[in-house]
Amino acid sequence: MRPNDRKYSESHEWVKIDGETALIGITDFAVQELSNGNESDLVYCDLPEPGRVLTAGETFGEIESVKAVSDLNAPIAGEVVESNVAIEEHLEVLSKDPWGAGWMLRIKPERKSLEGLMDAAAYEKFCASLKH
Amino acid sequence: MKHTVLHDVHARLGAKLIEFGGWHMPVQYGPILDEAKCVRTSAGLFDLGHMGRIHVRGKDTLRFLDRVCTNFVAKIPTGAIRYSLFCKPDGNPIDDLLVYREADSVYLVVNASNTPVDLAWLREHQRGFDVVLDDQSDRTGMLALQGQRSTEVLRQLVTDCDLTQIGYYKFGFGTVCGLRDTRISRTGYTGELGYEIYLDNQHVERVWNAILEVGRAHDVRPIGLGARDVLRLEAGMPLYGHEIDAQHNPIEAGLDFGVSFRPEKGDWIGREALLAVQASPHKRLVGITSEGPRVPRQGQRLFAGESDIGYVCSGAPSPALGLNIASAYVALGYERPGTALDVDFKGKRQACVVREMPFFSRTRK
Repeated sequence: MRPNDRKYSESHEWVKIDGETALIGITDFAVQELSNGNESDLVYCDLPEPGRVLTAGETFGEIESVKAVSDLNAPIAGEVVESNVAIEEHLEVLSKDPWGAGWMLRIKPERKSLEGLMDAAAYEKFCASLKH
Repeated sequence: MKHTVLHDVHARLGAKLIEFGGWHMPVQYGPILDEAKCVRTSAGLFDLGHMGRIHVRGKDTLRFLDRVCTNFVAKIPTGAIRYSLFCKPDGNPIDDLLVYREADSVYLVVNASNTPVDLAWLREHQRGFDVVLDDQSDRTGMLALQGQRSTEVLRQLVTDCDLTQIGYYKFGFGTVCGLRDTRISRTGYTGELGYEIYLDNQHVERVWNAILEVGRAHDVRPIGLGARDVLRLEAGMPLYGHEIDAQHNPIEAGLDFGVSFRPEKGDWIGREALLAVQASPHKRLVGITSEGPRVPRQGQRLFAGESDIGYVCSGAPSPALGLNIASAYVALGYERPGTALDVDFKGKRQACVVREMPFFSRTRK
């Protein structure tokens, strides 16, 4: 079961309110789809600079594996406070700990509401529906 | 989706299977780049059952094939293999292929996704020629063993045939795992020493297992299509749908060695158009390397300063070079090795340099 302390988007990002800010990352499902379960297949991740203002659904970066490229989309609107640049050099963190050390952005959310996003149970069902 | 006879074997080996040209094929069994390195350092085994295999016989075989192929089929020595293409009258290919010249017949190996189109094309043009087209694709399979250890591994399973006597782009027949008259060619899509073996469906799994069994001591592993694509790009070999397709002709792709304009070959489909391209080409296929972190991908634009001068056909991280590599078309004037360009990633530029292909090859320089 995936963590219940956050919400999930249909493009496989998660967002977790953390005091006045929110953390954004991608789910284990996204990592698995991109890397086919092989962490060394991840080759590149591009994250935005602090200060960039994102609207909900906006593409904030890209992640690449040997075979594919995926957009990273903001699940909610807000201003980027910090990017986790450490993962750009250590993409294996995304496989090992997508929920913690693998966070990508800390943003100052426009609103604190996570309405419209899925909870863990709903996301679980959503992922199951994608597997044929 | 079509399955090769090894489909369930791949699934049991833990492969990730994907759709490729209408087939459900293993893209990888483990990390793609580890598989590529395995082929470069020891050897790897590939299931190529999806590829098309067509036997052509009849008294007009050579004359017919010299009409539909770009290379000079009648001039291929018996036992030798040549790269060729089927082109439309506009000079653009419907497929590329290998042509195996036998004493009285010819064996063609074509791309999986194009096999139905190729067969329709051949049948459309066979009128007036005394030829029989025998599509063996569905009842046969094909394995490739590629890498420096391939001879010492395969030799343990082959009798009646000295593998070291089969030259590059030559073929012979031997007994493989007790199967007599098995076609063995010294060909491949990796730039390595290697062999391709042709088998009836019922024997494919047994030979696959035997090669892996004997190969265990030599670190021979099954290799998926992901690594195959990296290896062929390192070796500077074209893939239909990337370097060549219905808009990209073999001359600008640098595949002149597969095209014969010699008058003795007679007229063939696409000849006139390709002569015109040869006289005044507009672009050139080149290799590019980039020290930047991003992998160039098909369709991305190339810039010289602010001028858009080309686009990427294929890209991959290259384990052999330790750099990201790509094949790309550039406008004439930018094809010289060393030319500095930028790849455009949605508005962000990454520096790259033109270089000659192949990036890496033990079979050609």
